[in-house]
Amino acid sequence: MAERKVIVESAVGLHARPAATFVQTAAKAPIDITVAKPGGAPVSAKSILSILALDVRNGEVIVIHADGDGADQVLDELAAIVSAP
Amino acid sequence: MERMTGAGVSPGAGYGPAYLLGAAVPEPAAGSRHGGDVVAEVARVEAAVERVAAELEARGEAAGGDAQDVLVAQALIARDPVLSAEVGELINAGTAAERAVYEAFMRYNDILAEIGGYLGQRVADLEDIRDRVIAELTGRPMPGLPEEAEKPYVLVAHDLAPADTALLSKDIVAAFITEQGGPTSHTAILARAMGVPAVVACAGATSIVNGTLVLVDGTTGTVGLLPSEDEVAMTIQAAEARDTALATATGPGATADGWPVAMLANIGGPRDLAAALEYGAEGVGLYRTEFLFLDRDQAPSEEEQEQAYREILSSFPGGPVVVRVLDAGGDKPLGFLPPTENEPNPALGERGVRILRIFPDVMVGQLQALARAAQDASAQVQVMAPMVATPEEAAWFVGACRAAGLRSAGIMIEVPAAALRAGDLAPIVDFFSIGTNDLAQYAFAADREVGALTAFQDPWQPVLLDLVAMAASAGVPCGVCGEACSDPALACVLVGLGVTSLSMGAPALPWVRAALARHTLDQCRAAAVAARAESTAEAARTAARAHLLGLAELGL
Repeated sequence: MAERKVIVESAVGLHARPAATFVQTAAKAPIDITVAKPGGAPVSAKSILSILALDVRNGEVIVIHADGDGADQVLDELAAIVSAP
Repeated sequence: MERMTGAGVSPGAGYGPAYLLGAAVPEPAAGSRHGGDVVAEVARVEAAVERVAAELEARGEAAGGDAQDVLVAQALIARDPVLSAEVGELINAGTAAERAVYEAFMRYNDILAEIGGYLGQRVADLEDIRDRVIAELTGRPMPGLPEEAEKPYVLVAHDLAPADTALLSKDIVAAFITEQGGPTSHTAILARAMGVPAVVACAGATSIVNGTLVLVDGTTGTVGLLPSEDEVAMTIQAAEARDTALATATGPGATADGWPVAMLANIGGPRDLAAALEYGAEGVGLYRTEFLFLDRDQAPSEEEQEQAYREILSSFPGGPVVVRVLDAGGDKPLGFLPPTENEPNPALGERGVRILRIFPDVMVGQLQALARAAQDASAQVQVMAPMVATPEEAAWFVGACRAAGLRSAGIMIEVPAAALRAGDLAPIVDFFSIGTNDLAQYAFAADREVGALTAFQDPWQPVLLDLVAMAASAGVPCGVCGEACSDPALACVLVGLGVTSLSMGAPALPWVRAALARHTLDQCRAAAVAARAESTAEAARTAARAHLLGLAELGL
């Protein structure tokens, strides 16, 4: 089990282009990946609608979670996307 | 020409034949079931989704740039695995494919609409993808652009989705008109990016018959049907000149020679703040607090009021915020502030400061809430009372403000008695604010609610200008917060009469700021003298404009 807690630095939050890039990256990995706000219910990182409905704004923290082969690598990639301003 | 009005969200004027965006895909009937072959039904949806997603990506490829980003995101939505799982569950339970798609999308529509703001306005995008998938499934034509229309055309739609607009350019579209949408809707953003005029929230727009020639003014929000050649030429020319002038009018209000005149907004509550800030208000010249009190059995608590005031004050750090205490009675009766007897003429009855003197606790509560909200705000809080007619009323109000710890207390000048003896009131108060609408009503003994008497409401009436001049020369700062301010020519005249701040509905601010910046204080004074020398409103207007030649640059 691997997990990353990341501050969303993108000005538009996890919406628009950063959300699309995030979902496209997650979709390439053959393992389950989820995103949650701290204490909130996790949603699939491969679902753009779920990510949009999470309504993550700039400056908020999200927890990305993955299980399986290559989990650490994809988590690093995803963390890099949301922490890019 | 016949006119329609909406909200102008992308400036400029456009002219062309109107064409309605391809008809909407009808909602698949509730309760429709498939024949029983779940696997085949799921496969049908998957194939339809794939075709729609591929088409969106191809359009993105052709468009490039920002439009491509938008369309790539749309394709991701079409292929969303959680969404297709929900569609699959519905089909498993017997629902027909097209209805399953409709219901699964609706859940997300509701979620996004609930969140509101940016996401709420993405609902149109979602509906478009849904309709495309359903059109694929049912073999209906795709919703889309009028292919055979004569270009450039004026595109009319209920609302626009990114897929509709990705391949559009200025050569194809002269203007956009939509029935729905707001300033951050996709239509507005796209239109501004393309430099094409747009009017949104235009009621009845989709009833315009295809091919009708329409003239769209994306600054004023006006849509004209079947205009004459002259109307088209004038509107387009004026729009070009005006938009250049408006775009360059920014910063604090001042005359051409640097005489500062604060440009303030009239607001009724927090929902008006966004527009006030967008149009560059330096502060608030009239905060009508009535909305807090309407539809209630008793006054709101001081805590609730304090919270509401804090929200307004925090939006204008360092700027003035002029709060008018509850203006009840007259045309705004409140159940918990009943007049003492039946009033045959409520406009001349116990209203404004008069009713506050009967129920002082309501006002004292309001002043205390304001004083607390003002303590840690950097906005300069000023408080004023409506309908003051005598020095005694003014002194009573100022005393109550001082007792609550409020530094700046003023009065509205809306009763002729107050204007005529402004010299007696000035030493008592910190400022005046002239309400031109009521001042006209009382000067002419003409009820402003009576349609047949609207001519008496013309703010160019020389007698009204005389009353303004008396108040503005009494030795205290004097603002105007009536409709008169939103007329850029009259705003210059008011400044010429000695008015020190102008407060208006936010959309008028850029116009007034631009008009003032084109004239010196001396020109404004000359215009004011010329207007007062006339005996009718019409003559006063003409005489003043002869001194305000910069208005022509604004197409006014």
